[in-house]
Amino acid sequence: MSEIVFPGKPLTVNPIKVSQSMGAVLALLGLDRALPLQHGAQGCTAFNKVFFTRHFREPIPLQTTAMDQVVTVIGADQNVVDALNTVAVNDRPEIVGLMTTGLSEMQGADIHRSIKEFRAAHPQHDSMSIVPVNTPDTLGSLESGYALALQSIISTLVPEGRTAGHRPKQVNVLMSSMLTPGDAEVVREWIEAFGLHPLLLPDLGGSLDGHLDDGGYATMTKGGVSRDAIASMGKSAATLVIGASLCTAADTLKALTDVPDYRFDGLMGLEACDAFTQTLADIAVCPVPAGIGRQRLQLLDAMVDTHFVVGAGRVAIAGDADHLGMLTQFLAGVGCKLTAAVASSRAAILERLPLASVAVGDMEDLEDVVQEHGADVLVGNSHATQSAKRLAIPLLRAGFPQYDWYGGYARPWVGYRGSRQILFDLANLFAAARKEIEPHRSLYWQGTEREMASQHTPDIVL
Amino acid sequence: MNPNEIQALLDEPACKHNKKGKTGCAKSKPGATQGGCAFDGAQIALLPIADVAHIVHGPIGCAGSSWDARGTRSSGPDLYRLGMTTDLTDIDVVMGQGEKKLFHAIKRAIDRYHPAAVFLYLTCVPALQGDDIDAVARAAVKRWNVPVVPVDCAGFYGTKSLGNRIAGETLYRHVIGTREPEPAPPHPAGIRTRDINLIGEYNIVGEFWQVAPLFDELGLRILCTLSGDARFSEVQTMHRAEANMIVCSKAMLNVARKLKEGYGTPFFEGSFYGMDDTSQALRDFAVVLNDPDLQARAEALIERKETRTMAALMPLQERLRGKRALIFSGGVKSWSIVSALQDLGMTVVATGTEKSTEEDRERIRKLMGEDARMIDDNDQSALMKTCRDYEVDILFAGGRYLYPALKSRIPFLDINHERDFAYAGYDGIIELAKQIAQSIENPIWEQVRKAPPWQRLRVAQAVGA
Repeated sequence: MSEIVFPGKPLTVNPIKVSQSMGAVLALLGLDRALPLQHGAQGCTAFNKVFFTRHFREPIPLQTTAMDQVVTVIGADQNVVDALNTVAVNDRPEIVGLMTTGLSEMQGADIHRSIKEFRAAHPQHDSMSIVPVNTPDTLGSLESGYALALQSIISTLVPEGRTAGHRPKQVNVLMSSMLTPGDAEVVREWIEAFGLHPLLLPDLGGSLDGHLDDGGYATMTKGGVSRDAIASMGKSAATLVIGASLCTAADTLKALTDVPDYRFDGLMGLEACDAFTQTLADIAVCPVPAGIGRQRLQLLDAMVDTHFVVGAGRVAIAGDADHLGMLTQFLAGVGCKLTAAVASSRAAILERLPLASVAVGDMEDLEDVVQEHGADVLVGNSHATQSAKRLAIPLLRAGFPQYDWYGGYARPWVGYRGSRQILFDLANLFAAARKEIEPHRSLYWQGTEREMASQHTPDIVL
Repeated sequence: MNPNEIQALLDEPACKHNKKGKTGCAKSKPGATQGGCAFDGAQIALLPIADVAHIVHGPIGCAGSSWDARGTRSSGPDLYRLGMTTDLTDIDVVMGQGEKKLFHAIKRAIDRYHPAAVFLYLTCVPALQGDDIDAVARAAVKRWNVPVVPVDCAGFYGTKSLGNRIAGETLYRHVIGTREPEPAPPHPAGIRTRDINLIGEYNIVGEFWQVAPLFDELGLRILCTLSGDARFSEVQTMHRAEANMIVCSKAMLNVARKLKEGYGTPFFEGSFYGMDDTSQALRDFAVVLNDPDLQARAEALIERKETRTMAALMPLQERLRGKRALIFSGGVKSWSIVSALQDLGMTVVATGTEKSTEEDRERIRKLMGEDARMIDDNDQSALMKTCRDYEVDILFAGGRYLYPALKSRIPFLDINHERDFAYAGYDGIIELAKQIAQSIENPIWEQVRKAPPWQRLRVAQAVGA
């Protein structure tokens, strides 16, 4: 049980949080032939496009309804209809995600009604699915917006039915926003090792893993989970839910399909990995493959090897709630002292963290706590580099965005191997940051050759 | 800001083509729009003022994805790099607490960070709410006696260019002319010091520091660079300059025009990209200041610098001669980079003019000939197709075209604000030439365009049979 602290200040300095609308965009980017469309002023979309482009180092398909001053005052519903028609004609996506912003929500936009108007006016585009998501940025964070989008994708694209288990090898996986494209690959291989067919929703590993293919550049997503695959989720044998933020989305899927689900806060560290492996063995009704057993032994060895430094290390961490949940449970499991934790916004999982207290706030709050309680390593996104520099401690980059770092999106964190690599990296950071003991000078010292020895000058032999 | 005020900002009498259709101010089409909003433009123009606390008044969407994303550099304070926002929540909006929260936010920023001034950026949600940031700013100044500047720039007012103008208008109305500059210390060489401003120079990756020594040498004191590496107190003294240079685009032309109208300061437009443009800028200062002594010294300096630069460029020009370039950037860069590349012996096959004004277009025609190919719309797929059709060797564009280009296996150089290299001034053109040569000649291009071995084998067998 951890106490949740709200600094309750009027000025946010160096935010950890990004908007709900961006989270919804991210979820849509993990679907195939999809195009997210933000209902708001064009700046929302321009910022968000740059944000994701710099993180993934990929072109990001994203469009806007381009609200201007006139339609902001007199009503922008026609912009939604026009924008849907324009993208249908220009880009021909299978799925359009229509997400609101603070501006359109405050105006009182009813996107559900606008979609009906679009359907009535343009029946020729009926084959294009539209996923509406209400994501005001006055609430929540990237994580909650992403979860809302997943819920809407499910309720829009998965038909109601009672066909669970018709595809006994097919397993649904609901993937939290904390998971990278690299994680998606790990999860896929993990499940396939048991002879099962994973269906990841969304599948950022298929669309934003960073691969140079022959298709060139496109104005909508390529790769990711297809609309047909999503429609078949009701036939799966089981649903695996990774990330506490996806509870409501998982409830929606279960209510629609009755497919049994298994829920996990994260897949880092021995305990979490073992629970997931066991679940897969149960679903597949087969023994754990030797390869996975081997990876487990390797993680065990790394835990043993690194425990000297990791167990003495103090970590400060900032991120979205799911991410904080997975990382703190992992770090606590290997003996790290978590001296400071700040979440971007409130979520139920925060109460279950293995911490005395967690703040809901910004990087300024985190710096204050670290000044008070100390830390040897900071875990956070690229914005945390400023804080790490001021605090004079190294940074392990995690979460969104990572714009000053190559391969952040590709890095696997989950699984036995991912956990092992993070352990190694942490151990190296702790070891490099370890402070030497200051030499003691006896008060009798007279200024002899010790001075030379402390200056690292090489001995010159003539 | 009411519609009349926005119309007034779109009307720029100093712009020669003010009466014509304003392509730079086109209305955005829903579902097919790229580029930032008025808030984006205002923030870009003002954020480099380094000792100011920049508070974004709005929900997290505005600051959350945009803070600390600019390549501009400061030689001293880095307060401008902190992302500050009132982070409005549902409760704030429903209860109408926005203004109150902003007031407390200003207090906290002042107490904790001791800024030279506080800038308040109004965004869509509080604008719709009707928050009066002018009143909040006035009350805050009265209470804490620190300058607080309201920037009325909600995103839905219009595009990024409009935001630039709002920024200029705000500075002219609230900041410029509120302090007198200190007397200049005597120049070590005993020459007369003249005071000038640079408007629209953002010191991306510190590139202006390659140009600044030239000004020192010529006895030109830069009262203020708007806004790269600027300080609030420098902006206050801009009215005392004897000449202004508009460095990047028409966007902040309104500042120069108003300084001319209000204080009689002459201005001219120029660029520090390319050797010719850099030299021209120095000459223009001498002309505008009507200073024959400065002119003679400028010519001597130009001669010295150009000789050195040409020597350094010689081997690079050999490697670049005849290479085909496509430039896709808005405004001033649509022509300033053309001349820089032509200096290097490259052929510019087309240039983008989406955000360019009529005058920018005219300059392009002057440089590239009457039938210069200009690309107007910002459709990324069409751009990639043009690159292939014209067999370009390299594409120059802003960061958001980087990955589309790489996906299409086209060499690319970033010329916008996210870039990592300094291209301004005499040293900058050498750096640019090096980067272009390295990019075009990089061995990866050949490798990524080749089929994998097993496919190549099959083709060879088929041909053999």
